[in-house]
Amino acid sequence: MAYLELKNVCKTYEDASGGTEVLSNINLTIEEGEFVAIVGFTGSGKTTLVNLINGLIKPTSGEVLFKGEPVTDTSHERGVIFQNYSLLPWLTVGQNVYMAVKEAFPKESKEKLQAIVKDYVAMVSLSPAINKRPKELSGGMRQRVAVARALAMNPEMIIMDEPLGALDALTRGNLQDEILNIWSKDKRTALLITNDVDEGIYMADRIIPLKPGPNATLGPEFTIDIERPRDKTSLNDNETYKKNRNAIIEYLMDIGNERKSVSNETYELPEISPKSFVA
Amino acid sequence: MKQSITLNKITQLMGFGFLKPITALFTGKPQKEDIVNFLKKIIVPLLSILLFLGVWQGGSTALFNKEANFKIEKALADQGQAAADEMRACIASGEISCQPNTLPSPSQVWASFKTLLEDHKVISADKLAFKEKTAVMNEKRIAAGKEPITYTGRPSFVDQIFTSLKTVFAGFLLALVIAVPIGVVIGLSTTLRSSFNWLIQIFKPVSPVVWLLLVFMIVKTLTKDSNSDSAFIISFISVGLCSMWATLVNTAMGVSSVDKDYINVAKVLKLGPMQKVFKVILPSSLPLIFTGLRITLSVAWMVLIAIELLAQSPGLGSFVWEEFQNGAIDSNSKIIVAMFIIGIIGFLLDRIMLTIQNMVSFNKNEGV
Ligand SMILES: Nc1ncnc2c1ncn2[C@@H]1O[C@H](COP(=O)(O)OP(=O)(O)O)[C@@H](O)[C@H]1O
Ligand SMILES: [Mg+2]
Repeated sequence: MAYLELKNVCKTYEDASGGTEVLSNINLTIEEGEFVAIVGFTGSGKTTLVNLINGLIKPTSGEVLFKGEPVTDTSHERGVIFQNYSLLPWLTVGQNVYMAVKEAFPKESKEKLQAIVKDYVAMVSLSPAINKRPKELSGGMRQRVAVARALAMNPEMIIMDEPLGALDALTRGNLQDEILNIWSKDKRTALLITNDVDEGIYMADRIIPLKPGPNATLGPEFTIDIERPRDKTSLNDNETYKKNRNAIIEYLMDIGNERKSVSNETYELPEISPKSFVA
Repeated sequence: MKQSITLNKITQLMGFGFLKPITALFTGKPQKEDIVNFLKKIIVPLLSILLFLGVWQGGSTALFNKEANFKIEKALADQGQAAADEMRACIASGEISCQPNTLPSPSQVWASFKTLLEDHKVISADKLAFKEKTAVMNEKRIAAGKEPITYTGRPSFVDQIFTSLKTVFAGFLLALVIAVPIGVVIGLSTTLRSSFNWLIQIFKPVSPVVWLLLVFMIVKTLTKDSNSDSAFIISFISVGLCSMWATLVNTAMGVSSVDKDYINVAKVLKLGPMQKVFKVILPSSLPLIFTGLRITLSVAWMVLIAIELLAQSPGLGSFVWEEFQNGAIDSNSKIIVAMFIIGIIGFLLDRIMLTIQNMVSFNKNEGV
């Protein structure tokens, strides 16, 4: 039995004109302990896919099975790092993380919970900012808080929606290692959404491209057979790495071009001219 | 440097941003920019006040002359030349009995203001003396289980201000206690929101006078067999009912439009329903709730005067009404004093609410 399984999943967002099908016939299987990355263009439906898996939305048709059971609601077993951080602005960094660990470990003492919060805030190098509110932080710092919040809940499966997008290269590298660390320590399962092919290859066992929506489906998967722990510096000379990287980028460029050629409808632009304030 | 930063922050938060040029001028070395700013933000507004006083002075002089001429002509027509001359002399001499009754000049209003303060001192002294005189007797009366004797003399202008403030705060608290919980409940449920919408839409525009009459009908009956201060009760309940709608609507709106990201966080953390309301929904709607409360307080203060006037409950409203009925020579200027006091207090209340509102506000983009 697969750990996570999506069977013919379709998702349509309803609206007045009937809605458009964002995802069509998604089939995906993730085994326990695997690290899977999904790459795709903006707007192709990656966040929609993540929300289907974490239980925030339901598929229009098809099934999402987690350990054999249909996903009907969110669960502490599946931790989520949201793309847009989603911190609560009226709470400090520490309070944001605390709120999560308190829900995840309702039986623990306050001191223990505080200690967990401290550890994870330190892990994302935000200890000096633990009493700051999100508005005092940069985008990258906020993203790190979101990472700390999700990981502190100690979920079995980590679902990450472009978690490191707003970070500078250096912090990004560090956090990639931290996430890999946590993933491998207790053999968690991880799903990473990213738009960075290099990040995907460095972190994942398998990379699956998501073709651009509407009607997005998963493309052919690329297995990354590079021994762990992987070394960033020597990766560039690794034959498997180079081969996979070129193949994935070529594939993405192809579907990118395809998209351009498909959408050659012409739009009639309205006649607009700048408004004069003097009239 | 640090000091000037906090000073600026406080003035900013209070909405007294206009004080910034002054703080800039006195903290650290004034720059050319600061001086221009000072001219723009301080000198020009001061000139506008002078202009206002000038227009007022001119207007009141014109009205005075018109009224005086009318009086003189009337005397001429009714009683002949001698009477007219006498009237002219009388007006010129400043004799109180024959002064034209019209818009008072700024200096008259200022004089009345000082009179009112003097009056307050006299009454306070009087009260204090009364209290001392009756202290022993009251102790005995309380020991004997009887009501103590209280001062029943005329309240001073300052007393009236405090009575009004008391009424407006009681009304404001009532509005808060009613409107916030109902707003939250309505905001949480689309069904309730659509079923109670008609009630809100119909009652919101009802005039203060009608609320007063309605409350009067109910409270009069309810307090039939008790000797409580029903004028105060009627006026504060009316104030509360008139002013609570902004808070109700804003609270419901805030609660029903919580950012989807926060709701998703609540779902992923699996917060219980109570936790979700108190830890996510309420904090995120606080800015809108306080916007509503700020409107509520300013509406409460505005309708208070009219309601006090009609309910004959003590306060600035009845002060204005009594002065108007009184028709004494300085009544008009006292009314204008009351007008300024009402305006200034309203402004200060608004600033206090604005400060609180700024403190609880956050930017939608801060978390995401
Ligand atoms: N709640 C929603 N209602 C309607 N349309 C949506 C909603 N969420 C996303 N979409 C649409 O679905 C498409 C995919 O969005 P998304 O999953 O956010 O893509 P990605 O994360 O890959 O950038 C977009 O065209 C977006 O406009
Ligand atoms: Mg997305």
